[in-house]
Amino acid sequence: MFDTSLSWGDIVFLAQGAGMTLAVTAVSVIAGTILGIFCGVIRVQLGPYWSIPLTFVLDIFRSVPLLIQLVLANAFQSIAKLGWPPFTTSCVVLSLYTAAYCTEIVRGGIDAVPLTTRRAGRSLGLSWWQDMRFIVAPLATRVSLPSWIGLTLGVMKDSALVLWLGLIELLRASQILVTRLQEPLFILLICGAIYFLISFPIARLGGYLEKRWSPND
Amino acid sequence: MIEIESVHKSFGKLEVLKGINLTVNKGEVVSIIGGSGSGKSTLLTCINGLEPINSGKIKIDGTEVHAKSTDLNKLRQKIGIVFQQWNAFPHLTVLENVMLAPRKVLGMAKSDAEAIAVKNLTHVGLAEKLSVYPNRMSGGQQQRMAIARALAMSPKYMLFDEVTSALDPMLVGEVLDTLKMLAEEGMTMICVTHEMAFARDVSDRVAFFHQGVMAEIGTPEQLFGAPQNPETQKFLASIR
Ligand SMILES: Nc1ncnc2c1ncn2[C@@H]1O[C@H](COP(=O)(O)OP(=O)(O)OP(=O)(O)O)[C@@H](O)[C@H]1O
Ligand SMILES: [Mg+2]
Repeated sequence: MFDTSLSWGDIVFLAQGAGMTLAVTAVSVIAGTILGIFCGVIRVQLGPYWSIPLTFVLDIFRSVPLLIQLVLANAFQSIAKLGWPPFTTSCVVLSLYTAAYCTEIVRGGIDAVPLTTRRAGRSLGLSWWQDMRFIVAPLATRVSLPSWIGLTLGVMKDSALVLWLGLIELLRASQILVTRLQEPLFILLICGAIYFLISFPIARLGGYLEKRWSPND
Repeated sequence: MIEIESVHKSFGKLEVLKGINLTVNKGEVVSIIGGSGSGKSTLLTCINGLEPINSGKIKIDGTEVHAKSTDLNKLRQKIGIVFQQWNAFPHLTVLENVMLAPRKVLGMAKSDAEAIAVKNLTHVGLAEKLSVYPNRMSGGQQQRMAIARALAMSPKYMLFDEVTSALDPMLVGEVLDTLKMLAEEGMTMICVTHEMAFARDVSDRVAFFHQGVMAEIGTPEQLFGAPQNPETQKFLASIR
């Protein structure tokens, strides 16, 4: 169909880039979500007033462009002689970025659980932790899932910015091939298709879970 | 026995309970009536420690609810409460709703918890609804489920906060019948209610609350037949 000079080795090269994208995304989303749940719960427990310092810090991560965060973090780690490889720096920055958004998603999910429902749980003798675990967590998850899926897909695309630290992820790999082969449209088409292939299952998983839970609400 | 001794409770500057004294003996059914905002719901949430109090004492079988050393999670197992709003756990089936606390709080085996849940759900007439999700039930059914859920913890006391006031008139009867049944079985109950006929028929004593004060308390005959307090008279006249 296409008259291309793309070789088998180039495909492998792209696949390795995709692997890097996946790795950075997976580490950041998992670490960021855990941290986000933690911060979200703290934020709800402290109330809006006492959590102002936490909210302020998270707002910084949400408002400063990711690219600037990456470059600054990289400069910082080299000044501080932390000796972090670009992969670590990238994951740390993206995790904090994810956590900042995830905190708000978690807070919104917890706030969506009616206080009266939680009181009903506590009045049965459930401890704070049991109430969180068996009532708040499942209900908040249902509410938060669509936003969390959106966040995950967003982080995956934003992770392309780590190329500025020298990591060869999917987009960077495509750029290299474009420069070498001079077939921008074809290669970017493949690159886009791979992004789609990665995103699609995540989006479908979200749709599936929503459907499975919907008859109960 | 529930002993309430000169309990004061404020929300910020608003004093909602202004020195409530009330003792409810074992097996007794006390109904609380009174206008909106008179502090009836607040008193119930104070009794099981969901709300702190500013001064006074509430004792359940001699245990002070608001003492620092009191294990509230433990104490609450003795006190069932059903609220005005339907509080089903929407992600759990009816059976799971009722099984949750016996399993997690009492640490019962699944089969034991299930047996208890089925027994209590059958008792309130929901034997056919075990695997249904709450949103598929009427308000009356949801309230009866909430009653079964509280009963599954084998409480010694039950508190009811206007459990019928959010229901269609058609569904009020079935829930009141459930309450009557419990009363006849000897359950110790405090019922906040707007259903005067219910209060008259079922209660041993009826208390009238007015602006954070228990203005009058007596047998249903006394309170409905010959109210002494002018506020009680006004209230009763207003709802006839
Ligand atoms: N969590 C709260 N924070 C602040 N004020 C509250 C709170 N809960 C209740 N109040 C106030 O306390 C007063 C008494 O409320 P309560 O719910 O006990 O009244 P009630 O007698 O149950 O009335 P109703 O018949 O309408 O249910 C009201 O003025 C109410 O606005
Ligand atoms: Mg009330």
